[in-house]
Amino acid sequence: MSYLAILISFVFINNFILTQFLGLCPFIGVSKNTESAIGMGFAVTFVMAIASIVTWLLSHYILIPFNIEYLQTITFILVIASLVQFVEMVIQKISPQLYKALGIFLPLITTNCAVLGIALINITNNYNALESFVAGISAGIGFLLAILLMSNIREKLDLIRVPKPLQGVPVAFISGGLMALAFMAFDRALLTNLLG
Amino acid sequence: MIINIISAFLSVAILGGLLGIGLAFASKKLAVNKDVRVANVEESLPGINCGACGYAGCSAYAEAIVIEKAEIGLCPPGGKESAEKISKIMGMEIEFNENRLVAKVHCNGNREHSAYDFAYRGLEDCNSAVLLFKGDKSCKYGCLGLGSCIKVCPVDAISKTADGRVEVNKEVCISCRKCVEICPTGVMQMIPYHADYYVACNSKDKGAVVRKVCKVGCIGCKICEKKYPEAGFDVNNFLSVVNYNSKGIDRQGAAKACPTNSICKI
Repeated sequence: MSYLAILISFVFINNFILTQFLGLCPFIGVSKNTESAIGMGFAVTFVMAIASIVTWLLSHYILIPFNIEYLQTITFILVIASLVQFVEMVIQKISPQLYKALGIFLPLITTNCAVLGIALINITNNYNALESFVAGISAGIGFLLAILLMSNIREKLDLIRVPKPLQGVPVAFISGGLMALAFMAFDRALLTNLLG
Repeated sequence: MIINIISAFLSVAILGGLLGIGLAFASKKLAVNKDVRVANVEESLPGINCGACGYAGCSAYAEAIVIEKAEIGLCPPGGKESAEKISKIMGMEIEFNENRLVAKVHCNGNREHSAYDFAYRGLEDCNSAVLLFKGDKSCKYGCLGLGSCIKVCPVDAISKTADGRVEVNKEVCISCRKCVEICPTGVMQMIPYHADYYVACNSKDKGAVVRKVCKVGCIGCKICEKKYPEAGFDVNNFLSVVNYNSKGIDRQGAAKACPTNSICKI
């Protein structure tokens, strides 16, 4: 059951964007239309999943045995960035279709704080390898959910009259804030009610 | 202390070095051989990704030309110029059709000329307005004036005039037909760039009905068709349409004779 708990926790209770305010840059930047928002959401999910695994291995087989945990953040950044670059090349080689859908988003999130965030949170929570992987995917799904909702709101916002000083990003941030308020309804009680 | 600094420096340097070498190796090993012509063709296209060619964007069209041997002259915005460039790259001869089409709103009914059934206060979007009794305008064929075409136009060729009509700047129009596709009433239509006169009405209702709801609509009286047979007006379904393939003699006279002034000079 603990995997389900991790899933619910990262999608709803600790949603990366709406509760922890990580990864706001792609959330605002790529949420103008639904199509690219979905692409970005899946790219983030994908990167978070593989980054969780790789940073867990790095942490448990290199950093802890050699007693250099204080280098966690900097090595994570380094490894995630090169990993994403590498994955981009592999995708471009083996699947041009997938590259067309995800490729342009991958370079944008090489050094994203949400991706680094999930790697560090996995270590802080003492997850094992599989738990880290599930946490990575769940956090990505949470991101996908938030950016998908946001892109739909922004498409509707384009059709109505918004006061000039609020047009574009300001009104997007206000809507994001209201969405965050709504997501506060998901708290620990949800987890205990659902899973006992 | 010093040991710590050195070990931190060394471990990050070694890790970074290894990853760097790995990436450099991977980029050589995994390099994708792209056809040089694709990049060249893409460069000669305008790069506005309007989709008028039927492909997802300029790069998709460029790929289709090189790999699938797609037709060259499909890009209206690029026109003759880019078609010539591409034919040079591909080593093919092409015939380019000079008759460029531009979009035109076939309606002159604004708040002053036309009747409205109710006050619409919804989203500023024609397709949303149409969901409610086919729009607030009494004439169900006319321009709703909420500007869906203005928003969809990739080159900002469409604008609203001071008296509330929607106009297309034919010099800027790139014939991508996006406005034609999004318009729910079908009042946006393509006409030749060199067209001199057009009928500014889209109403297929009987004359008496048109008279009731609009001061400037075509009532299908057939004066233009009968008195000026050489001008090329065809009246079908109580609506006059200009046949631009005809000789078009004395369209000016027909415009003057039109009782509702719905034949307009461009």
